[in-house]
Amino acid sequence: MTVTTMEGALPARPSPWASRISVAAVYLFVVVLFLQIVRDDTLAAILGLLLIHGYSVIVLLYWRNLERSAAGDKAIVTLTLVYMLLAVLFWDRFSALPWSTFFGLFVVQAVALLAVRFWKNLRKAPPTAWFGMVVVLFYVMIAATAPIVAPFTETEIVGAEYEPWGGQFLLGTDNLGRDWLTRLIYGARNTIGIAFVTTCLAFLIGGLGGFLSAALGGWVDQILGRAVDVLMAIPSLIFALLLLSIFTNYSVFGLKIHPMVLLVVIIAVLDSTRVFRLARAVGMNIVVMDYVEVARLRGEGLWWVITREVMPNAMPPLVAEFGLRFCFVFLFLSALSFLGLGIQPPTADWGSMVRDNATLITFGDITPLLPAGAIALLTVGVNFVVDWFLHQTSGLRDDH
Amino acid sequence: MDKILKMVAQRLALGLLTLFVVSLIIFFSVQLLPGDVCQEILGQAQTPETVAACRRELRLNLPWYERYISWLFGILQGDMGRSLANQREISELIGKRLGNTFFLAAFAAVLSVPVALVLGVMAALYRNSPFDRIVNALTLSSISFPEFFVAYILILFFAVQLGWFPSISNVSADLGFWERIYRTALPSLTLMLVVVAHMMRMTRAAIINLLASPYIEMANLKGLTRMHIIVHHALPNALAPIINVVVINLAYLVVGVVIAEVVFVYPGLGQLLVDSVAKRDIPVVQASCMIFAATYILLNLTADVLAIATNPRLMHPR
Repeated sequence: MTVTTMEGALPARPSPWASRISVAAVYLFVVVLFLQIVRDDTLAAILGLLLIHGYSVIVLLYWRNLERSAAGDKAIVTLTLVYMLLAVLFWDRFSALPWSTFFGLFVVQAVALLAVRFWKNLRKAPPTAWFGMVVVLFYVMIAATAPIVAPFTETEIVGAEYEPWGGQFLLGTDNLGRDWLTRLIYGARNTIGIAFVTTCLAFLIGGLGGFLSAALGGWVDQILGRAVDVLMAIPSLIFALLLLSIFTNYSVFGLKIHPMVLLVVIIAVLDSTRVFRLARAVGMNIVVMDYVEVARLRGEGLWWVITREVMPNAMPPLVAEFGLRFCFVFLFLSALSFLGLGIQPPTADWGSMVRDNATLITFGDITPLLPAGAIALLTVGVNFVVDWFLHQTSGLRDDH
Repeated sequence: MDKILKMVAQRLALGLLTLFVVSLIIFFSVQLLPGDVCQEILGQAQTPETVAACRRELRLNLPWYERYISWLFGILQGDMGRSLANQREISELIGKRLGNTFFLAAFAAVLSVPVALVLGVMAALYRNSPFDRIVNALTLSSISFPEFFVAYILILFFAVQLGWFPSISNVSADLGFWERIYRTALPSLTLMLVVVAHMMRMTRAAIINLLASPYIEMANLKGLTRMHIIVHHALPNALAPIINVVVINLAYLVVGVVIAEVVFVYPGLGQLLVDSVAKRDIPVVQASCMIFAATYILLNLTADVLAIATNPRLMHPR
């Protein structure tokens, strides 16, 4: 627990019990709400209880590292209550989709926790960073609660083709008569979700490879380094197209690889080369530190050195890189989908939505630009946040 | 001077080696397919004839090293085999399209390099002014835009609403130069908007980086104007990184044309590649990938060599 001496000396804090009781009340409310939602389904109720329990354990464990204040507690409780209020107001939608309801609640509380934890830094953020954070939050919320927010289901054909805006279909319908707004909302979930998974995989491969390379050196470093050099010599879009054309319908042990898995793996591998470079460079500077030497002398193994010594100290540049890589993967994935080689129909996806309805643009209709604009807005948002983060952590300034 | 020649020779050798390894990868990644490669590629669409044609095209009757050597020498001599989809000579398919693609990339480069350099120098000159901030925010946004978004916005404004340019750039060999420029205006503009941002930011960063050095302070103390300092003192020394980023962006342009070509239905190599991937026409995919990769590698190599050649410390050793 990090409490500065000044704050620790201040007696003005409200009793911790007040906030604890209010938090407990919120959780009780959650349980009751959930039991109501799933009263017909015992298994879902049990799973839900486990989920809540596990989640509250995580929250409470994290609580200890939290610089708590009454304002922070209030923020969390208020946000949760607002969400509850929404759930009560739109009871039909929320109660029909308990999982999305809970996912949404999870996101709300996680965001509130993070905001309270980093409030001191956040307060000084420039307007561009605030804009970025609001945009990212908005997208994450939409993605989490897509089925609740969307008026129809993802692939449902609800009307004639290319219906105009307004009326029953807020943004009209697409080339097959599916609701645009619904597709847009589900597109957020699919495109962002897949890009996120891909980026995580790329960081797993690249980060591990880079740290291994830095920690072991010698021939492992040489082999990995040269392999990455060669992979990076081929432009990634071209390489991805080559691999996609070869491995579509590829089967391992008689099992067909799902096209989505193939897509994720190919992009992750191609993208991990950049992560590798960064992780290796950062790791190189860390493994020569005295404390790593000490750990090695103490007899710690390779895994310990990588996970306990190198990784925690390499975090800030890697986190910033995660944002940038996510943008890149996101754009890359959309580009592939736009070319018709990415996420396959009928899954709603922003890139392929532009492609399928592009003819509308030549009639002066801007609807197909909406998903493209959505992609642009999210990448701009993430870039703004990363820009600010980099500025903060590295003192990267050009005012000399 | 010897040192430079030696370094350049080293880079060239390394580049050729990379090119060789890349050709190995492009050729042999197809052989990773388990079982009969041709049946695997053709899948549902196979008939005995198509399988036989595919085997002939991929030269499956030869041992792997002969196969590779004959493929590589074929490409070097301009003979890339036949397409699986329509049995036409690949070199014939690629020939004109390659010219079109290079034309588009060159056009975009001619548009974007001066704009990027001027904007970069201006932003460095008026650092932290509203102009600098606006240009910065704009370029950061335009880096984040997907290319097809930029392309369709341009179509919406310049083709649909204003009607200045055609929304489809169908060019053929018999077009005059200016007609060709007119038809490729929108795709080039798209590409320009995509690469200018990066080039401009790098130019700005390179110049600002130099402004911290002692000789700039000296020039300042002498009472020179900011414009004079930047153009006469900072720019020549920032040349190496700037040339580097320009060439790297040119390399990006050659690859980045793929999306622009698809949006504007421009008969270039990128479109052919995308179509062939969809049809799983492996020989065409391999040949176009090889061309793209070779261009990319050669341009990057040029960037390396130019960076060495424009480094004042190496050019004028003590």
